[in-house]
Amino acid sequence: MSLMPVIAIRRLDHTYGHGALERRVLSDIDLTIAAGELVILTGPSGSGKTTLLTLIGALRSPQTGSLRVLGQELCGASEADLVAIRRNIGYIFQSHNLLGFLTARQNVQMAAELSAGSPTEARALSEAILVAVGLSERLDYYPENLSGGQKQRVAIARALVNRPSLVLADEPTAALDSKSGREVVELMQQLAADQGCAILMVTHDSRILDVATRTVHMEDGRLVQSETAVRA
Amino acid sequence: MKMPLAWLQLTRERVRLLVAVAGIGFAVILMFLQLGFRAALFDGAVRLHASFEADIFLIGPKSSALVSMQSFSQRRLYQAMAVPGVAGASPVYLGFGRFRNPETNETRGIFAVGFNPGEPVFRLGEVNRQLASIRKPDTVLFDRASRSEYGPIAARYTGGESIVTEVNDRRVRVGGLFQMGTSFAINGALITSDLNFLRLFGERSKGLVDLGLVRLAPGADPQRVKADLRAALPADVRVLSRQEYMDFEKDYWNRSTPIGYIFALGAAMGFIVGTIIVYQILYTDVSDHLAEYATLKAIGYTNGYLLGVVFQEAFLLSLLGFVPGFAISFALYDLTRGATLLPLTMDPLRAALIFALTVLMCAVSGAIAVRRLRAADPAEIFA
Ligand SMILES: Nc1ncnc2c1ncn2[C@@H]1O[C@H](COP(=O)(O)OP(=O)(O)O)[C@@H](O)[C@H]1O
Ligand SMILES: [Mg+2]
Repeated sequence: MSLMPVIAIRRLDHTYGHGALERRVLSDIDLTIAAGELVILTGPSGSGKTTLLTLIGALRSPQTGSLRVLGQELCGASEADLVAIRRNIGYIFQSHNLLGFLTARQNVQMAAELSAGSPTEARALSEAILVAVGLSERLDYYPENLSGGQKQRVAIARALVNRPSLVLADEPTAALDSKSGREVVELMQQLAADQGCAILMVTHDSRILDVATRTVHMEDGRLVQSETAVRA
Repeated sequence: MKMPLAWLQLTRERVRLLVAVAGIGFAVILMFLQLGFRAALFDGAVRLHASFEADIFLIGPKSSALVSMQSFSQRRLYQAMAVPGVAGASPVYLGFGRFRNPETNETRGIFAVGFNPGEPVFRLGEVNRQLASIRKPDTVLFDRASRSEYGPIAARYTGGESIVTEVNDRRVRVGGLFQMGTSFAINGALITSDLNFLRLFGERSKGLVDLGLVRLAPGADPQRVKADLRAALPADVRVLSRQEYMDFEKDYWNRSTPIGYIFALGAAMGFIVGTIIVYQILYTDVSDHLAEYATLKAIGYTNGYLLGVVFQEAFLLSLLGFVPGFAISFALYDLTRGATLLPLTMDPLRAALIFALTVLMCAVSGAIAVRRLRAADPAEIFA
């Protein structure tokens, strides 16, 4: 396991809007996450959790402070650098965000092709990970023919197929019933452990907090570090 | 092969794809018909020109078209024959006569061509086989593709009847048939010998010809001979190459009728309609998939990749629309040719042009539709 933290954030601020409409949503964020950690981020709606996730995920450009992801400083990084860093991150969204015109396998394969050596390899990797998430019977199903839990499994497979060093998940269980929510999170936990990647997950779901190695809480744009070592 | 995202996206929604293909196919057909008719009308105007066996043509300088020729002295032909490289120079007489429909007794203007049967001027085997017939006094060959207003001449002749009628109030016999076809100002045509022609057109004299056909000796350089003829002949004749002679006729009809313009406009409408249809389809398609495109950006695809997807869709659409459009146009050409005797043919150059226009049409639409891609913001998909 490398010594370099997967995420290293120092004094990160973020504001939306300009002039009179300017609104600060993140203030003075400090956060370090190491490889192998599963960190859960909680906090009331509107506190800035999603904003933080999009910044870490290189989906939005940070403005002030320092934000290093996988050793790359994102503050002031070019669009090409941002695209490159995105390829090392797996994303799992609240709504699964699968491509409706692609089958389960094709959805995963779109991600796999970004790093696989050949299309054949991408296909093999995609099928293998779909089997791993328990969808061996559903490879050629379109998302519209899958249940919510199954779709989220496809999304997990897509996020993990490239063995990313970091997985970001924003309320991945919000749209699921408690049983499949629990299954999905345990699946993430297990695959992440196998692959040794760090996971940062936003959730309101108190029933799944126990999977975390650490929980951080956000209030009004500030982190309240309440470290709980549930799995320690 | 990497995942053909554009193809998968296009083919997932069959109905939308069908509408798109039908729209593009329609635009393709419109362009084929408009440009086809245009070419056919102009080609029809030079069918007679094209059937003359000659390399160089002599005409009076004030001539403006086949139906409006200025005669010149036959002496110019003798002078032409003295130019090195010239194998022969034959006179052709042209004029409109009044043809009496033997059924109704009404008269109609008919185009008549007269030449010396001893120096065949036509490439038409059918005419050349019937030279003996037009050598007989007051005997003519009738164009079976003439309009019906002259009467059922061809049908009755083929049925074995002997047809006697009048041209310019002079009794003539139909001694055979040939095939030419109608054009802008010519609804029907006759071919006969020079002597018969001069009998029918009593006011014309043998010494004044309407057209001179110059044939070259084997191996002579047409450019060279044309230049020599221009130098040797006085300004009361114009010397034209085969291509120049046909262009001269087409130019006249292009200038004096709006036909060229109208059909070009029709083709342009096809192009515009096609562009709008493809744009609509692509724009809706991109809009419907914005969240998915944003997801692709989030997992590491570049904006350039997505641009490529939209342009691939545009190109696929142009292919999918062109193929049926081409096939239907082909069938419509056949159908129209049968019904109108217009020389409507599938010219490979025109097909290539229309294919290029179809691709351009889709590329233009694609270029407008990709602006919609900017709305695909990967930062919005966690929201
Ligand atoms: N694109 C945006 N433009 C302006 N304001 C935004 C934007 N996204 C979020 N906000 C605002 O920033 C605050 C934090 O939002 P968010 O990060 O989504 O919080 P959370 O995920 O914790 O609910 C909210 O008040 C929200 O209204
Ligand atoms: Mg949120």
